[in-house]
Amino acid sequence: MTSDTDPVLAEDPITGEEIELPADVEVGEIIDSPVTGTELEVISLDPVVLEEAPELEEDWGE
Amino acid sequence: MQIGILYSRIRKDEKLLLGELRDRGHEVTKIDVRKERFGLESTTADVDDLDLVVDRCLSTSRSLYATKFLDSYGVPVINAPETGDVCADKAKNSLALAEADIPTPATEVAFTKETAMEAIEEFGYPCVLKPVVGSWGRLMAKIDTRNAAEAILEHKETLGHYEHKVFYVQEFVDKPGRDIRVLAVDGEPVAAMTRSSNHWLTNAAKGGETESFDLDDRALDLVERASEAVGGGMLGVDLMEVGGTGSGEYTVHEVNHTVEFKALDSATDVDVPAKVVDWLEAKAAAAAADDATEATA
Repeated sequence: MTSDTDPVLAEDPITGEEIELPADVEVGEIIDSPVTGTELEVISLDPVVLEEAPELEEDWGE
Repeated sequence: MQIGILYSRIRKDEKLLLGELRDRGHEVTKIDVRKERFGLESTTADVDDLDLVVDRCLSTSRSLYATKFLDSYGVPVINAPETGDVCADKAKNSLALAEADIPTPATEVAFTKETAMEAIEEFGYPCVLKPVVGSWGRLMAKIDTRNAAEAILEHKETLGHYEHKVFYVQEFVDKPGRDIRVLAVDGEPVAAMTRSSNHWLTNAAKGGETESFDLDDRALDLVERASEAVGGGMLGVDLMEVGGTGSGEYTVHEVNHTVEFKALDSATDVDVPAKVVDWLEAKAAAAAADDATEATA
């Protein structure tokens, strides 16, 4: 059983290695892979699925 | 209350907002706009029971369309699509500020590289060329010479999306190494900071150093009027000091409609997400009261 403070474990989609995500990670959040530095998007949390994040688009911003 | 958050990427700003909303016991529905469809009568997004939807889309185009559709279904949206429409486009932004008699940098729009060159030569060097849609200081050009102007205009005309052929030319404001970002809700400042850099671009996204800033009466007045000029809402109002640090004179260069606030939260003593959620609660209550009035009318 996990708690809110337990880190979340996930498979790096590029290298296949297990990586640790912050306990409060959100779907839609971008995580820097500790293995490759690639930006990964959190697609789901149950199960935990990561994908390579989309490239920056020209109309992104505030 | 039940709050929807429109998003396509959860930044630290959205995490702060989500945390504050959940801590107060509000029910939050995250709506990833990439997964939804928006029809003329309804959407696949689960919005029927929401008291308010907050647009936090990273993509300006998605922000503009999604808020417009939700508004058409009668879903209360922050910010209103009309506000987004003005803020998302630098030319419309400048026009709205000028029409409200708010000091803003002199600006011209031209549609060919020849007329853009004429505008640049009239402004003199340096002057600034900006994309009409864009953020974080990207693709901004400070033009120091005619040679540079010719090269940039040719590149934009040849390589760019059609929006890059709307040449937005602006006077260069010799600011004192910093500009001012104010987060305001319906014209009421939540927090303000300076963004300083040795580079002419001082955006926090470009690495500008941030520091809390106390707004004087003149700045307070300009923030309130700039907010009103674009339709109100939760906004990032950007000002530059003219005449040196502490001159008390400002020019408002733009108003942002999906404002990021993590830097403000760090740079100031203000609990920015708490203040924002205070305001969202008030907006949701006002929207509910309007609904009740309509239902009994």
